[in-house]
Amino acid sequence: MASAAFEEIVEDFEFLEDWEARYAHVIDLGKAMPALEDAFKVPATKVDGCASQVWLLPEISAGTFRFRGDSDALIVRGLIAVLGALYDGLRLDEVLAVDAPAELGRLGLDEALSSQRSNGLRAMVERIRKLAAEAVAA
Amino acid sequence: MSYDVDAIRADFPILSRKVNGQPLCYLDNGASAQKPQVVIDAVTRGYAEEYSNVHRGLHFLSNLSTEKYEAVRGIIARFLNAGSEGEIILNSGTTQGINMVSYAWAAPRLKAGDEIVLSTMEHHANIVPWHFLRERQGVVLKWVDPEPDGSLDPQKVLDAIGPKTKLVAITQCSNVLGTVVDVKSICAGAREKGVATLVDGSQGAVHMPVDVQDIGCDFYVITGHKLYGPSGSGAIFVRAERAAEMQPFIGGGDMIREVSKDVVTYNDAPLKFEAGTPGIVQTIGLGVALEYLMGLGMENIAAHEAGLAAYASERFAGLNWVNVQGHAPGKAAIFSLTMEGAAHAHDLSTILDKKGIAIRAGHHCAQPLMEHLGMAATARASFGLYNTRAEVDRLVEGLELCHRLLA
Repeated sequence: MASAAFEEIVEDFEFLEDWEARYAHVIDLGKAMPALEDAFKVPATKVDGCASQVWLLPEISAGTFRFRGDSDALIVRGLIAVLGALYDGLRLDEVLAVDAPAELGRLGLDEALSSQRSNGLRAMVERIRKLAAEAVAA
Repeated sequence: MSYDVDAIRADFPILSRKVNGQPLCYLDNGASAQKPQVVIDAVTRGYAEEYSNVHRGLHFLSNLSTEKYEAVRGIIARFLNAGSEGEIILNSGTTQGINMVSYAWAAPRLKAGDEIVLSTMEHHANIVPWHFLRERQGVVLKWVDPEPDGSLDPQKVLDAIGPKTKLVAITQCSNVLGTVVDVKSICAGAREKGVATLVDGSQGAVHMPVDVQDIGCDFYVITGHKLYGPSGSGAIFVRAERAAEMQPFIGGGDMIREVSKDVVTYNDAPLKFEAGTPGIVQTIGLGVALEYLMGLGMENIAAHEAGLAAYASERFAGLNWVNVQGHAPGKAAIFSLTMEGAAHAHDLSTILDKKGIAIRAGHHCAQPLMEHLGMAATARASFGLYNTRAEVDRLVEGLELCHRLLA
C-alpha cells in the first residue's frame, strides 16, 4: 500500500546496521527535506500534541495526496520526510488505508522513535488521516 | 565525614537498572528525584503495617498513623530550622503551597492596583497563582529580569517594590539556570518596607542547607518529590503572624472545629489549612527522606554537588559547540544546554536517552524566562546527591554523539 518512494527508503534502511546509523539516516532525511516557508507555519497547519513544533501543509490535487511539513527538531523533520514519502502520491482512499505504525516499523527504528507519544508521530498521522478524510468529503 | 557517593548510590535501587541497554544515568533531578530504599520501605510499611486515617479514630492504627504523620511536621521544622512545628502546613507540594498562599493570604488582602514582585526566572507554579489575582482582581505583576550571567540582583528586586507592593515571590534557585538567589537580602529589604515575602524552595531546599529564620521569609515552600521523597508530599513554612492573616482555602474535614447548618468554626493553624484526608503515607515518606538528607548533611550534599557543578562547567567549556545558559557565581548543578546549529533540545534528549541518559528537554515550566533568553527550549541536565563525575563524562560523550549526528 505504501508509495514507491517509501519502498526505496525501506531498502536504504535495510543496509544500516545499528541504531546510530539509522538515527543518522533519519536526521539526514530531515536535513535534506526542503523547509516549509514561514508563511505556511500558521495555526491552521500546526499539529498539536508534539513535544516540538510541527506543521503539515496538504497538497491535494486530482484525488492524489501529498503534503509538505516542517519541525524545529531535526529527528522529527526526518520522521516528517519519511511520512511524506509514505503517503506521496497515494489516492485519498489509499491514504486512509495505510497502517503508518506498521509501515514505519519496517524501517527497524526502535520503539522510542516509531511509537513515542512525545515525538508526535501519532498526532501527525491523525492529522494526515483527517486531511484525507476531509478531502474525500469535500 | 567523607562523602561516599558509591555507598549513597547503593541506597537508591533504581540507579542500578538499565535503560536502553545502558546503565541509567539519571540527570533529571530538577524534575523529580529518585527515592532511597528507606523511603520506599517507609511507604511499603506505611501501607502494610501502619495504615489508617489520621486525626480521626481512637483505635490503635489511627493513633499510630497520626503519630507518624504528625512527627513529620517536627522533622520539616528541623530541616528548615523553623521556630516551631506549628508553622509547618503539610500539603501535596509546591504547587499546592503557592496556590494556598495566593488564595488564603493574598486574595482576601490584595486590591486592584496592588502589586506582586516576581523574578522572570520563576517556575509556572510561582507565576500562575498570581496571574489568577491579576485576572480576577486587578493585581499588577511586576517582573525583575536576571542579569546577562543569569544572576538576580537583590537590589533590583527591592527597587521594584513600590508603595502598592504587597508581596515579593522569588525562587531560591532557578530550575532552568541553577542561579542561587540571595533571598536573605531580598527578604530583609522587603521586611523593612513592610512587604511580605514568599520563597520558592522547590529547588533550593534540595541543594543547600535552609534556615528560614535566617532567610527571614514569611512563606517558604518545599515539594517532597524533589527532596528524594514521595510525590504528593510537601509543606509550607508560614511565619505565625502571616498564618493569622490567612483565611481557610480548602474546606472540609480536619480543618474544622465545629460545623452546624448555620455556623462553622475552624481548627487552629496549621490544621485549619489542611482540609481532607492528606497524603498520609507520602508525608511519612517525606519525613524519612528528610532524615536521610540530614543524615548525609545538607552541607555535605551541597559540597558534593558544587564539585560536580565545577567539573561539569569545565567539561562543557571544552565543547565549543555547546552553550550553557546561566553562569551566575555559585550556581547549583543545573545546566541548561543548547547546541550550535540546528539541533533542538528534543533531538538531544532523544539521542541521549538511547545512551541511557535521562535529561529534560523543553521550556521547564518557565516560559517567561525562556522568552527572556530568546529560546523555545533547552536541554537540561540537573544533578543530585547521587550523581558522579563519571556521569558528567557520560553526558559529555553523549553530547559528542549528538554533535556528530546532528551537526
